[in-house]
Amino acid sequence: MATITPPEVLIPGIDDVIHDAQKHAKDPGGEQTMVLNMGPQHPSTHGVLRLVLEIDGETVVSLAPDIGYLHTGIEKTCEAKFYQQIVPLTDRIDYLSPMSNELCYVLAVEKLLQLEIPDRAQTLRVLMNELTRIQSHLVWLGTHAMDIGALTVFLYCFREREEILRIFEMLSGQRMMASYFRVGGVSMEPPLDFWPKVRKFLKIMPEKIAEYEALLSGNPIWISRLKGVGPLSAADAIALGVSGPPLRASGVDWDLRRDMPYSGYEKYQFKVPTSTVGDVWARYAVRMEEMYESVKICTQALDRMPEGAIVADAPKIVLPEREQMKTQMESLIHHFKIVTEGFAVPAGEVFQTIDSPRGLMGYYVVSDGTAKPLRVHMRNPSFATLQALETMCKGKLLGDVVAVIGSIDIVLGEIDR
Amino acid sequence: MSEPILGLEAVEAALPGNAGIAALRSLAARVKWDRNELTITVAPENIVAAARAVQAAGYNFFEDCTAVDWYPSEPRFQVTYHIVSHSLKQRIRLAVMLSGDDPAVETITSVWPSANFYEREVFDLFGIHITGHPNLTRIMMPTDWKGHPLRKDYPVEGYR
Repeated sequence: MATITPPEVLIPGIDDVIHDAQKHAKDPGGEQTMVLNMGPQHPSTHGVLRLVLEIDGETVVSLAPDIGYLHTGIEKTCEAKFYQQIVPLTDRIDYLSPMSNELCYVLAVEKLLQLEIPDRAQTLRVLMNELTRIQSHLVWLGTHAMDIGALTVFLYCFREREEILRIFEMLSGQRMMASYFRVGGVSMEPPLDFWPKVRKFLKIMPEKIAEYEALLSGNPIWISRLKGVGPLSAADAIALGVSGPPLRASGVDWDLRRDMPYSGYEKYQFKVPTSTVGDVWARYAVRMEEMYESVKICTQALDRMPEGAIVADAPKIVLPEREQMKTQMESLIHHFKIVTEGFAVPAGEVFQTIDSPRGLMGYYVVSDGTAKPLRVHMRNPSFATLQALETMCKGKLLGDVVAVIGSIDIVLGEIDR
Repeated sequence: MSEPILGLEAVEAALPGNAGIAALRSLAARVKWDRNELTITVAPENIVAAARAVQAAGYNFFEDCTAVDWYPSEPRFQVTYHIVSHSLKQRIRLAVMLSGDDPAVETITSVWPSANFYEREVFDLFGIHITGHPNLTRIMMPTDWKGHPLRKDYPVEGYR
């Protein structure tokens, strides 16, 4: 791949946008522009994202996102918790892909500990991670279509998402914030009726995706609202740190599952869908294709599901089984020590990345050798993708901003950590 | 901390064909190869030169910039940058160490525009001044917020 030199891309601040608009307004002979505070308009920006737009008629002159309304302080909270207590917190960062956050976090801690994970746990993780990708894309498709005005797809998508949430509930007792992964493996063995349920779901899912496509892809309103809207070149996408489906839609063939594999992804056969157009339609097409590929990965995971342990052989890190605690004193001691004192992690720093539904997710964990992390930093994809909003919307119509926000699939929880 | 600290030559042997390491030869103050991750610490005044050298070596995608507060030890702040190469399929971590009183480092938005929001976050939550940044304002906290929440001497419960 040739090295792409970044172009001059400027990301304006809110003050710049307002200042420019005032300057234009004072200029008697010049064009009159106005400042418009936009949002919330997308379901995931319910009062947590404000867009400051400078518009000339209906054309966007400049744009600045104003974030921070949701600031949860999760990174600070992590510093006061034991390593194993942070897993439920990572769920809360992005309520549409909680399992991806869990996976990335536990992989980072396991890398610090240099812990080997049994194959069955790895396969279960891949299965759950890909189901998470499907359900996240379903919510994206539903809300994106709703932004454009197609309400039926929203209801259909939530119908299928419900099936995935039922699978999660069966597995962990929780619908959204599953907290299923543990440092060293997964929390419990799936129940016996879990397997036929997942098989059945994976069998019907491709038909359902085809159904959404039949509703949307030939629809003239959908086509005219998406095609050619919000274009982003490959060079701009790389310069602005865009990742995941928007990056692949811009023509950069980069998927961490294939290129820097983790959790045994190198054992699965799947395509990485790309497009060279880089507009809203391309992002739609790439994500739809990704859902088919995720179904394929899930099916392969089910087919190859190996027997064996679901946790690593590390009694000082992984909680013992309940039954063992009743009969073995040592297990009871380990349980007590892990719960009350946590486990010490060797000093060092790691940056573990995975490909989440929204793109490049990275956990930067720094340990000083104690049972609590010195620093946990989450690199989440939406934060960087939001920087590219200006480039995608500039010179386009106000109504296109709605389509573009839907197409980059932002979740504000992962922006304001 | 007790991680293995290697010479640049040993890292170059471990990562054959990596031009990025050689380009940083004159700038690297400390090289660390730990858990299959490469960390190159440079002096704060060399960060833009190091970023350019890394970019020229094929590391095309800027992933992340954040900081660590090593309070109360000195130098107190560590600012880290993660850059990945799509063609080499390798990642490099640049780091600078900054002293506790008036920490400041030059912006690398001229090399990677995507560092913009990340550097604002580092400024907002750690109080590290990013010199030359095009729009250095608070990003997470309200503009009138006192203090920098991710500093270790900022209490978990907040001041109030």
